[in-house]
Amino acid sequence: MNGIGASLLRVYAILVKELVQMRRDRMTFAMMLALPIVQLVLFGYAINMDPRHLPTALYVEDDSAVVRRIVSAFEQSGYYEFSHRADSPAHGSKLLAEGKVAFFIYVPAGFTAKLVRNERPQWLIEADATDPAAASNAIARAEGIISSALRTELKGPLSRPKSSEMPVELIIQRKYNPQGITQYNIVPGLLGVILTMTCVMITSMAMTRESERGNLENLLAMPTRPHEMMIGKITPYILVGLVQTAVILLAARYLFQVPFFGSLALLMSAVMVFIIANLCLGFTFSTIAASQMQAMQMTFFFFLPSILLSGFMFPFRGMPIWAQQLGELLPLTHFLRLVRGIMLKGNTFSHLHLEFLALVLFILAVGLLAILRYRRTLD
Amino acid sequence: MTECAIDVKGLCKSFSGRQVVSNVDISMPKGEVWGFLGPNGSGKTTTIRMICGLLEASAGEGTCLGYDIRKEARKIKELSGYMTQHFSFWQDLSVRENLQFVARLYNLSARQKVVQKTLDELGLGDRQDQLCGKLSGGWKQRLALAAVTMHKPQLLLLDEPTAGVDPQARRDFWDEIHRLTNEGVTVLVSTHYMDEAERCDQIVYLAHGKVLARGTVDDVIAQCGLITFQGKGENVRRLADALKGRDGIEHVAYFGTALHVSGRDRDKLKCQLGPFMDEADWQEIAPSLEDTFIDLMKQAGVDKREHG
Ligand SMILES: Nc1ncnc2c1ncn2[C@@H]1O[C@H](COP(=O)(O)OP(=O)(O)OP(=O)(O)O)[C@@H](O)[C@H]1O
Ligand SMILES: [Mg+2]
Repeated sequence: MNGIGASLLRVYAILVKELVQMRRDRMTFAMMLALPIVQLVLFGYAINMDPRHLPTALYVEDDSAVVRRIVSAFEQSGYYEFSHRADSPAHGSKLLAEGKVAFFIYVPAGFTAKLVRNERPQWLIEADATDPAAASNAIARAEGIISSALRTELKGPLSRPKSSEMPVELIIQRKYNPQGITQYNIVPGLLGVILTMTCVMITSMAMTRESERGNLENLLAMPTRPHEMMIGKITPYILVGLVQTAVILLAARYLFQVPFFGSLALLMSAVMVFIIANLCLGFTFSTIAASQMQAMQMTFFFFLPSILLSGFMFPFRGMPIWAQQLGELLPLTHFLRLVRGIMLKGNTFSHLHLEFLALVLFILAVGLLAILRYRRTLD
Repeated sequence: MTECAIDVKGLCKSFSGRQVVSNVDISMPKGEVWGFLGPNGSGKTTTIRMICGLLEASAGEGTCLGYDIRKEARKIKELSGYMTQHFSFWQDLSVRENLQFVARLYNLSARQKVVQKTLDELGLGDRQDQLCGKLSGGWKQRLALAAVTMHKPQLLLLDEPTAGVDPQARRDFWDEIHRLTNEGVTVLVSTHYMDEAERCDQIVYLAHGKVLARGTVDDVIAQCGLITFQGKGENVRRLADALKGRDGIEHVAYFGTALHVSGRDRDKLKCQLGPFMDEADWQEIAPSLEDTFIDLMKQAGVDKREHG
């Protein structure tokens, strides 16, 4: 009895100590309470598995009442949003390649005339199928949209017997990933996710480890400048990131047979920029966090939106505008466009320069913050 | 007048509203060894950190080696060596790797040779591949001193360098410090050991962040104006409690088996000791540095209570 009582008392002692320590670490405490709520709201509203209002480019060579009717039926379906007008079929494909639109609808000349003559004119849809999930619902609805629009339009002499085949030949071209293989989209994306995870996590410890182990006082007493510290701390992990990249790319090639259409050099420069962006962010975290534990929490706080809002797990275009804007702030969003664009679409630098620019701006902003936040003294 | 290695005026430091260093002035000529003394929490470490640019002073100004402590901390760091109170080298690096790192940071020429020489002088040549975390406490201190002197600094700031070091090593340590001052290095060393304080050219005594006494050891003892009687004998142990707190007696303290009774007024002191004359063998002696410090500390305590 006495033994058990004493043991319980010791358990109680440890429990109280833990509670006190938990309360003292304000940041951990705040994170435990606030984080689930923020994330629930954020992701609950942002994520949509049935993406609508997907940006679509339109090029119509035959502007007639029927065509306008079908186009507006596409718009009214809620899945397509005609955000761009293409100047030519080539321009439409380019918009698709750059990722500005998810679909390109092309109505060739003579569509109406052929329709009247019952010659089954073609209605062309080019879809960006890099992410098969994002495009599939919209594509699946296309046929229904056209036939119901035509049912109201083709009346009187133009009406067709119910049983006859579709009066329009719908040609859907699933570009970049014609078979809709999920791995083609996921594996390049994983490259970005894994790099984010490891790079941010490792460097977020960089300075907190020094202060936690008491080395900071010594380090600060020696003549080092903030940028020297930052470059010196970050560089080794660039190599780690490059090794990871090599492993993942080899796996993509030989295990998953992911196609690679673009230039390897371009991809490697994208990887470099992306790794540096993440390392800078991690270093910034480490100048803010008071302990390695906090650094770890900040990493996860950043990691979750990176996965959910970047277009890795869920279609980027399916999210509400505010969530997309939030996503634009994340390096992973831009890197996913780069890596998928280069590997699956064969994009060149001219397609992707804006994504590069976004990452470089991120590096500059975060790097500056890190150097400003860097503690030059112990107080 | 000789040039000052450290020349600071009115240094203050507050941590979240609590002032821990107030109005400390130090002007220390080059080539001397000064001891920095004071009870725990008196602000020694904080002051040293302000001097070498590790903490920003809340008020006050000054120069260190001719460079402004606020604006030119980098220059000061290049020319000085700061040994932290707690071992702050990398425990997961080996002895040699730590030294190499320091040598590289200071851009030392002939790096390998300097490192090897330091290792040999330390006597750690055969343990150079041992991780620092595995060294004993005293050896860590010795390594730290070697590391901060490797770049031949003009000024050494040593924060309790001999805490936990064995007596022989402590002697070696101080011989080394004197050897360095002979070469022109200036050393400010904080310590709690009296024998070390006595080896300093001057001492600065700090309590509650204020300088209470400064000067050579003899000056400090003289300034205090204590009169001390030493009592020896079998029964002295029982006397201490009886004597404490009596009018005219500032403090009573044991030194080995002897009892030191100190006050400021010889007659009063004799009068109070009168009843106990037979119980021990009394003799007036010159007050030691420790008697002086006990007194200073007591005064500081009174000060504190008065200021509330
Ligand atoms: N970072 C800090 N934040 C808040 N208070 C501090 C900080 N550093 C020191 N202090 C306080 O300042 C006072 C002086 O501390 P300091 O370390 O300078 O004393 P010290 O003289 O070196 O003592 P010791 O002999 O024990 O080493 C102490 O009361 C301490 O609690
Ligand atoms: Mg101290």
